[in-house]
Amino acid sequence: MQIALDVIFLIVTIGSSISLFLGRNWKQVLISLGVQYFGVFWFVQLSWPLSLAIIKLISGLIVCVILAFYSEEYEVLTAQDTSWPQGNVFKIFSAGLIVTSTLAISRQASFWIGISNPIVMWIGLYLIGMGIHQLGITAQSERVIIALLTLISGFEIIYANVETSSLVAALLVTINIGLAIVGVYLHLMDQRDGSQ
Amino acid sequence: MTSSIIWIFLPAIFAIILWFIPSRKLTILLGIGLSAILALLAWLLPIDTLLNISGLSLKISSATTILGRQLILESNNQPLMIFLYLSLLIWYICILVTDTYHKLVPYSLIIVALLISAIVVKPFLYASLLIQVSILISIPLLRNSSSSTGRGIIRFLAFQTFSLPFILLSGWLLTGVAVSPEDLSLTNQASILLGLGFIFLLSIFPFNNWIPLLAEEVHPLSSAFILWIFPTIGLLFGCYFLDSYAWIRDSSQLSNILEYAGLIMVVMGGLWAAFQKNLKRMFAYAMIMETGYSLLAINLRGSLGMQPFFNYLIPRTITIFLWTSALSILINKIPSANFTDIKSLAVKYPYSSATIIFSQFSFVGLPLLAGFPNQIFLWEQLNRISPSITILMLIAITGLAMGAIRTLAVLLLSYKQESLIPSESSVQKIFLMVGILLLVILGLFPSLTDPLTTKLPLMFSHLGR
Repeated sequence: MQIALDVIFLIVTIGSSISLFLGRNWKQVLISLGVQYFGVFWFVQLSWPLSLAIIKLISGLIVCVILAFYSEEYEVLTAQDTSWPQGNVFKIFSAGLIVTSTLAISRQASFWIGISNPIVMWIGLYLIGMGIHQLGITAQSERVIIALLTLISGFEIIYANVETSSLVAALLVTINIGLAIVGVYLHLMDQRDGSQ
Repeated sequence: MTSSIIWIFLPAIFAIILWFIPSRKLTILLGIGLSAILALLAWLLPIDTLLNISGLSLKISSATTILGRQLILESNNQPLMIFLYLSLLIWYICILVTDTYHKLVPYSLIIVALLISAIVVKPFLYASLLIQVSILISIPLLRNSSSSTGRGIIRFLAFQTFSLPFILLSGWLLTGVAVSPEDLSLTNQASILLGLGFIFLLSIFPFNNWIPLLAEEVHPLSSAFILWIFPTIGLLFGCYFLDSYAWIRDSSQLSNILEYAGLIMVVMGGLWAAFQKNLKRMFAYAMIMETGYSLLAINLRGSLGMQPFFNYLIPRTITIFLWTSALSILINKIPSANFTDIKSLAVKYPYSSATIIFSQFSFVGLPLLAGFPNQIFLWEQLNRISPSITILMLIAITGLAMGAIRTLAVLLLSYKQESLIPSESSVQKIFLMVGILLLVILGLFPSLTDPLTTKLPLMFSHLGR
């Protein structure tokens, strides 16, 4: 049962992160991010008490709410990024590469860090990989913030297995929310300067 | 009363109050006053000693406990407080004199408070989290002084954030190494993660391409602050790791890594600086060189301890703030810092132009200027290790010197005798003249900074000896 649930959440997390990556509409991006945080919560609660792990979910949803301050109609993809390969086929192919490469190294890495469940390591590495990949192909502040949040989510899944300090959790929540606020701030400043 | 309340919480609370003050001059003056008081208190107030002030007993204790963790700001850290708050004081004077945006004051105060807490937090695993929070706060500081969110700001945020997972994971592994030091594979893993964390935190080549981009995008004084505080605290944070773990400190591989990383940064910075046509970018490459020098100076540990590294701090800080203040005065009047826009400005802005040239040559290590004593000392020491290092450093310094000579040539270009009256205000003239004088005085009498710089290494129990 536990393995089945793990696999379901694994698929949900991978799916949501790919949807996040492909999304051109801000609403779709936020929904995908929210779902991704459900996945993060699930994998964190495998090693943390539920009462502490729920913080990840709540903070993730707060991040989504903060990011919703971007205009509702806002299209994520602008002309700024067109120099990079942007087709969906490319994105799905590259995400597939990240899925397979992180799967290949997850066993060794879980042994390295001392995590008994390789699925946890895999999803953590996968989210880190997706975050780095998104950072590599965008210069848009909104996309960069989403990429950094994805990267930190992946790290948090791995780190939850080795560190259970509530203060570290609180500081990581601060960093997540801080990143979202910085994202909104940069967007609002760009809007203000653009309208002047 | 604890020391953390004075040097961490007080400036942080004050920063919030300052943020709401609309008056530019009042905000900056309050910032100057507070940093002066904090530096003075760091100099005068003894920690963990009972004070008797007109019948009133007072003891400043070093430890503050927050949620089971401690901020331990001991008397050994007081020289660092003096250095940081005095530097902040100089920076605020620069802001005041150059008519720069006053909201930089509260942001910088809170960033310095957070970074001090990162240095004194126990266990120091939490330091990387506090550094990350300060990085997030520095984004408004940078964005406020820029017309758009450019790639420099974005890359700064991304690269600095990368350091967080590596340092946190390495911190966890290091506790394992402390328990079983004979486990070589664990030691290697910890070293690799720690190394990667510091590559991002200190913006070591090749992850330093955000520095010239950032410097070009934002106001010179903002970039000066960021490029001064983060490498300085990052290097001190790195030294804490060296100080705490003997196996890192004694590793021969670490010595090679520091040497190569430092040399690459010095050579790359110097060579790139030679070809720059923008004064902001040239400053950025000079800063890359400076981080390289710091790594080389740290590598000279041993009988010299950390002294060569700390000797660099004061002249470098003054040179950074002077260069960018002079540049700020020019930037307020011209569209960009490109060579095409600064042509013949030495006639209209002789004081600012002279300050830029003096600062550049101080970084080069020209005799009689502030940078010279430390440069010559570093050269001597490195030449003993390997003459090839000295040759590479010579190439790098020639590059920066070429950049400085080109700047001088451009500033004096197309000299026309139509307006010989300097356009700087009287206050700016006095400030810049005092700055140049300070560069010369520190060049002639480098031991003037000794009362502070000789005490700075004491914050490290092993490296300081």
